[in-house]
Amino acid sequence: MSDPQSSEPKGAIAKFLAASPDSVGKTIFVAVAVCLVASMVVSAAAVSLRPVQEANKLKDKQVNVLQVAGVYEPGINVTEAFAAFEPHVLDLATGEFVDDQFDPASFDDIAAASDPELSVALDDDPAGIGRKAKYRVIYLLRDDAGALDKVILPLHGYGLWSTLYGFIALENNGNDIYGLQFYQHGETPGLGAEVDNPRWKALWNGKKLRDDAGDLQITVAKTQPAAGADFYVDALAGATLTSVGVDNLVKFWMGDAGFGPFLAKLQAGEF
Amino acid sequence: MSQTMKELLVDPLVDNNPITLQVLGICSALAVTSSLQVAFVMALAVTFVTGFASMFISMLRNQIPGSIRIIVQMVIIASLVILVDQILKAYAFQISKTLSVFVGLIITNCIVMGRAEAFAMKNPPMASFIDGVGNGLGYGLILMLVGFIRELFGSGSLFGVTILQTVNNGGWYVPNGLLLLPPSAFFVIGLLIWAFRTWKPNQVEEREYKIQQVEAH
Repeated sequence: MSDPQSSEPKGAIAKFLAASPDSVGKTIFVAVAVCLVASMVVSAAAVSLRPVQEANKLKDKQVNVLQVAGVYEPGINVTEAFAAFEPHVLDLATGEFVDDQFDPASFDDIAAASDPELSVALDDDPAGIGRKAKYRVIYLLRDDAGALDKVILPLHGYGLWSTLYGFIALENNGNDIYGLQFYQHGETPGLGAEVDNPRWKALWNGKKLRDDAGDLQITVAKTQPAAGADFYVDALAGATLTSVGVDNLVKFWMGDAGFGPFLAKLQAGEF
Repeated sequence: MSQTMKELLVDPLVDNNPITLQVLGICSALAVTSSLQVAFVMALAVTFVTGFASMFISMLRNQIPGSIRIIVQMVIIASLVILVDQILKAYAFQISKTLSVFVGLIITNCIVMGRAEAFAMKNPPMASFIDGVGNGLGYGLILMLVGFIRELFGSGSLFGVTILQTVNNGGWYVPNGLLLLPPSAFFVIGLLIWAFRTWKPNQVEEREYKIQQVEAH
């Protein structure tokens, strides 16, 4: 390391570098220069990596839709497999698609839930979400002949520590559950986070939402209710509050305040 | 320079470990050690940040004004952390989801600041870089040890590969749920510090107090 004071510095830059770093001018200069360089590095990284990050987020969501519909296998081409799903923006109150108002590919229904124009505050709020978006993005999966096979509906609600975000896949009759899956939550590892356990998720397959009288009967509980095994999913051991949360959010989103109007139309065979 | 480059790199692993000897960086060690994979990525991220932050700060050390030196160090560290966070989000999305805020919190990791202030401000860039990497690796070593214990006995797996088949998945092993919760890392790190100091008694700190011997009357 050479001592900068040992020889007389030549030129303006050399003089400046050799000046005491504690002078006011140099303090301001160093502060500004460091901030400028740092902000350029950070913004360059953020801008150049954004397309990759956006693609990741999109892919993550697509993988979850594929998983809940039971068509995901490791190593498949996600974009290709996802092309089989038809996204639609659904007006929850009417059960009609409003694809002409919003673009299903880019509409963000989670962000819409905090937009006063696109959401309503909930008085009766069993799922603990505060506000409900008026529109949600749903996915229809058709078979090769073009007939409706499954519908994938988003749902979310509060568990013990966190809001659980997930998808439920229903058969084309709008009543039989194919699968339930959460893609984001912060429940206790080993207890509430067992909502991710494949063995527990498999319990949902083949359950029914409503009984013959049309009453919503699906229940997550410790003991089987009177309605019978078709409407009953065993609660998670050691995770009572998470189970109650899942019970509430499924009931809420499958009920009249959620996708009820849409499911009624689906059962009537409108899609 | 009294220390060789090799000493700078190897010393922080055991003899001068930032976690077990200096007891720094504990908070993130609690949060990210419930699985080995996450601990491994966190260790890499911290090593990268301590290494390069120390190097850049050392390059600027003769120009950094004393009055704002901590702020300048923070700006450099924070920029590197954001860089790491952005890269993880782009190329290791699942892991970045698990690490969530803890990547951002590398900024407040005392090890990074500690090396910048204690070493990089007084030493040339290459030595500072090696010192930063060494300390990052020392931190990473403890993270991996804690992660090994917590993942093996908490979820019955290592790097996500099942070793002990848990009851929930139809096996025999009843996992210890406490090990998956952050407080368990306190116990594990405490036991590690005990083990390290029993192995190397010169790491034991001197007592700050002495019990007075009083003659019996």
